Amino acid sequence: MNFPAELRYTKDHEWISLEGNVATVGITDFAQHELGDIVYVDINTVGSALDAEAVFGTVEAVKTVSDLLLPVAGTITEVNSLLEKQPELVNTDPYGDGWMVKVTVANPEDVAALMSSDAYAALVG
Amino acid sequence: MKNTPFTDKHIALGAKMAEFAGYNMPISYSGINDEHATVRKNAGVFDVSHMGEFMVKGEHALELIQRVTSNDASKLVAGQAQYSCLPNEQGGIVDDLIVYCIEPGKTYMLVVNASNIEKDWKWISDRNTNGAEMHNISDKTCLLAIQGPNATKILQPLADTDIMNLKYYTFTKGKFAGVDNVLISATGYTGAGGVEIYFEDKDGAAAQIWDAIFEAGGPQGLKPIGLGARDTLRLEMGYCLYGNDIDDTTSPLEGGLGWITKFTKDFTAKDILQAQKAEGVKRRLVGFEMIERGIPRHDYLIKDASGNVIGKVTSGTQAPSLGKAIGLGYVSIEHAAADSEIFIDIRNTPVKAKVVKLPFA
Repeated sequence: MNFPAELRYTKDHEWISLEGNVATVGITDFAQHELGDIVYVDINTVGSALDAEAVFGTVEAVKTVSDLLLPVAGTITEVNSLLEKQPELVNTDPYGDGWMVKVTVANPEDVAALMSSDAYAALVG
Repeated sequence: MKNTPFTDKHIALGAKMAEFAGYNMPISYSGINDEHATVRKNAGVFDVSHMGEFMVKGEHALELIQRVTSNDASKLVAGQAQYSCLPNEQGGIVDDLIVYCIEPGKTYMLVVNASNIEKDWKWISDRNTNGAEMHNISDKTCLLAIQGPNATKILQPLADTDIMNLKYYTFTKGKFAGVDNVLISATGYTGAGGVEIYFEDKDGAAAQIWDAIFEAGGPQGLKPIGLGARDTLRLEMGYCLYGNDIDDTTSPLEGGLGWITKFTKDFTAKDILQAQKAEGVKRRLVGFEMIERGIPRHDYLIKDASGNVIGKVTSGTQAPSLGKAIGLGYVSIEHAAADSEIFIDIRNTPVKAKVVKLPFA
C-alpha cells in the first residue's frame, strides 16, 4: 500500500497536501481499498467554511457509505469534477486524479501537525 | 465465528473476509463490480455453505411441510424443488426457503437462511406433532453455487449426469469430481443461470470439488465470488433477502410472494393471509430506480412529493450491470403502481425515484 511521504494524513483516512494556504484533500489508498468499488462521491459543501473533522461530503461504495471528514478547518473552494462521471478514479488514483476537494485552510500550520506517512502507515499496518 | 470447509481457500485467495450470520465469509475478491460482471457474462463460484439444510423424512414428512410452508409441496415430483416460505402465526415470515423433493411424500430437504437455522429448526420442530423424522444436516453440508451463463458448460465434464439440460428448479444426484452423492440443482440467487451443488464434507470432498471446479473453470475465466456481488446480483433480479426485504413483520402478500402462497391447502396463518388478500394489502414491496443522483440504502425513508413518509427502503445499491441506482422498499399501496414518483430521503434531502416493475435486469 502506498502512502506518499509528501502528504499528511488523518486517523479518518484522509490525506492532505498544502501549497500556500490552499490544500488538496482526498482519501488514502487504505481507505479506497477498504471501501471497494467507489460508485458515487457526493459533495455539496463548496463555499462552506467548516471546522476540522466536519463532514464535507460522502463517498459511496457498492455496499457502504462513508462520511468524508475535513482534515483541518477551512473553506471548500472546489470539488473534483472528474469524479462526477468517474468516481472509480478514487480507487485507481487516490492521490492523483482521485482527489476530492480544494480547501482554503484557516491555519496552514494545522496541516503540519497532522500525521506523517510513516505514522499513518503504522496506524493502518 | 464458524468457518466453512472453504474458509482457508478464501483467505489464501486474498478475499476480504467478514462475519455474516456467525460465519467467517468472503465478501469480495477482485472487487464487487468485477465479480458481478463475471457472473453475468461468464461464471463464478460462491461458497454458501453457511446456509442451513434440514432433512424431513417418513410418512408424516409431507404433512408437516404442507402445514408449515405457504407453497404447495404436494405438487412436487422427485427431483423437483420449490421456493416457499414459513409464515408465522401473525401472517409474517419466519423465513424463506427452498423445498427439495427427493422422494415424494417421504423425503425432503429444506434449505433455509444461515441467520435463521436455529429459529427455523425450533419453529418446525415445535410443530412436528405427528412425528416426522427430522435431521439438521447444516454443519456437515457444503453448498457451492456456480452461477453464470457458462457455469454448466464448465461443470459438465466433472458430472456423470446431464447438468446442461437440467430444468430450472429441478435437480439430480450423482458423482461429481469423483465425489459420490452430490446433489446438483438448477437453482440460484443471481438470475444468471447455473447450478448449486450440495454435498457432505467428508474424506476431503470439499477441497476435491473446489479444486476440480477451478481446474476446469480457471482457464475459462471462472472466478470466486463473494457475498457482496451475491447481493448486487440478487437485487438486480428483485429477489428478496430475508432480514432486509422480508421478515417477521412483513406478510408474503406484501412482499410480492403471493405466487408462493397457496390457499388451496392449509398452512400457518392461512386465514389471516386469505383475509389480507380479500381486503387488499395496505403496503407493498416495490422496486424503484433513482431518477436524480443518489444511492438508496437499507432503512432510508421513502416520501411522497409533499414530504409525507410513505415507506422505507429495504435494499439498495448502485446496480453494476445497469449503471443506475436501484432499490426495494415498502410503500403504501397508493404509491405502489409502476411509474409512481417517490422520493428517497438521502441525508435529509429528498431525491427523486420512480417505481418500476421487477426484475430490474
